[in-house]
Amino acid sequence: MTFLAAIGASVLSLLAGIGRVAIYALQALSHVFRPPFYGREFATALLNIGWLSLPVVGLTAIFTGGALALQIYAGGARFNAEAVVPQIVAIGMVRELGPVLVGLMIAARVTSSIAAEIATMKVTEQIDALVTLSTHPMKYLAVPRVLAGLITVPLLVGIGDVIGIFGGYAVGIGTLGFNPANYIKNTVDFLEPFDIISSLIKGAVFGFLATMMGCYFGVNSGRGAQGVGRATKSSVEAAAVLILAANFLLTGVFFSI
Amino acid sequence: MITLDNVHKSFGSNHVLRGVNLHVPRGSSMVIIGGSGTGKSVALKCVLGLVTPDSGQITVDGKPNDKGDRDAFLARFGMLFQGAALFDSLHVWENVAFRLLRGTLKRPRAEAREIAIEKLRRVGLKPDVADRFPAELSGGMQKRVGLARAIAADPEIIFFDEPTTGLDPIMSGVINDLIREIVVEMGATAMTITHDMSSVRAIADSVAMLHDGVIQWTGPVAEMDASGDPYLRQFITGSADGPIEAVR
Repeated sequence: MTFLAAIGASVLSLLAGIGRVAIYALQALSHVFRPPFYGREFATALLNIGWLSLPVVGLTAIFTGGALALQIYAGGARFNAEAVVPQIVAIGMVRELGPVLVGLMIAARVTSSIAAEIATMKVTEQIDALVTLSTHPMKYLAVPRVLAGLITVPLLVGIGDVIGIFGGYAVGIGTLGFNPANYIKNTVDFLEPFDIISSLIKGAVFGFLATMMGCYFGVNSGRGAQGVGRATKSSVEAAAVLILAANFLLTGVFFSI
Repeated sequence: MITLDNVHKSFGSNHVLRGVNLHVPRGSSMVIIGGSGTGKSVALKCVLGLVTPDSGQITVDGKPNDKGDRDAFLARFGMLFQGAALFDSLHVWENVAFRLLRGTLKRPRAEAREIAIEKLRRVGLKPDVADRFPAELSGGMQKRVGLARAIAADPEIIFFDEPTTGLDPIMSGVINDLIREIVVEMGATAMTITHDMSSVRAIADSVAMLHDGVIQWTGPVAEMDASGDPYLRQFITGSADGPIEAVR
């Protein structure tokens, strides 16, 4: 009975947490369309989330694309299918690895940063100060970051897709002996517009989840350094799990046969 | 002007405020004293609406603090936080002019900057501080910047939360004198919470002692030493012997 009660309490706690996050997300979205709007904070968020994430996204994508080409070539060689490297690298990067890896890198880099910054603001009373200065913390802190995540992460995914494919191309040409023109032709011919659209939609969803988790856990952090640390850790864990779960659901919706 | 009527507030099983009654007349400077953890900050935050009381009523000029236009209500207040609570990512002048750069009091950036530099000068800081970031300033300078931000929009009511905590005695004296000068010069109503008795004597017109969730004693600062209240006596003398338990 005690065991069942413990399971029940955990489930209820989980459901309550999901409810709180959902309410927070809906509140944030409702504030997107209501003034005042903080243009400078939005521009700063675009820079931090988008532009400054480019190096890590680019490096992740190029190494993943290269490794993917090597794996497909080695695996394909077992049944004489080495020639499919360009097609599989393209589809793998655009449909799955590009969005997921960019999403996870954003969770690591941006979600943690947002959660730590907002949690520190909370423990040092900066959020209370915002309120006394007639500034709504959700409008000033959450809305610019979530909006920037919605806009920049799809762009990062698109760039990551291209760089990943280029990583595969570089390995294919440099190491595996593919003909450059054929490699490009096979890549372009095989990809369909919906592959790219699905990739960008996934990017927008992952950007929303990553920034929302950072804001939510930051605003709800506990006291002191331990509270900031816990909020940061929890935000990254939640963002990563939600991104992977959302990816599974979206892949099912987009590509189920 | 500010009235707290039988205000209660608990956090879980911790009953912080157990029926606080307090009246702060317009233009006066009230200092709330009491030991650490007695609910002084909570009382202040209840007035601002940062914390919602469980029961009781708080009014400002006879109007409940939780009704009406929230922005207009908050625009009447300035607050100096214990740790200054400056925004790390903004320059000092942007911190001071924060209210003047957005919302109903918004002005052109150049004008807001001019006002910020004037307020910085008023609290004894040179204009070159304006373009620094808060992390580049000492604790005393951060308090001054926080004070400049609190007065930037010429508020009617100013709250000071532990204004001298963490400062050396000389800097504490400077901040106390500044607060007194500014409150008198602006004709503002001030509420200060502190356990620094030198601040009390420098800033207060009247004093209220919060203990065990209620106002234990209140009266003019001139009557504080002769009050005869054993709680207040123990707090003023800093003695371990008396009705207040030394270990909490």
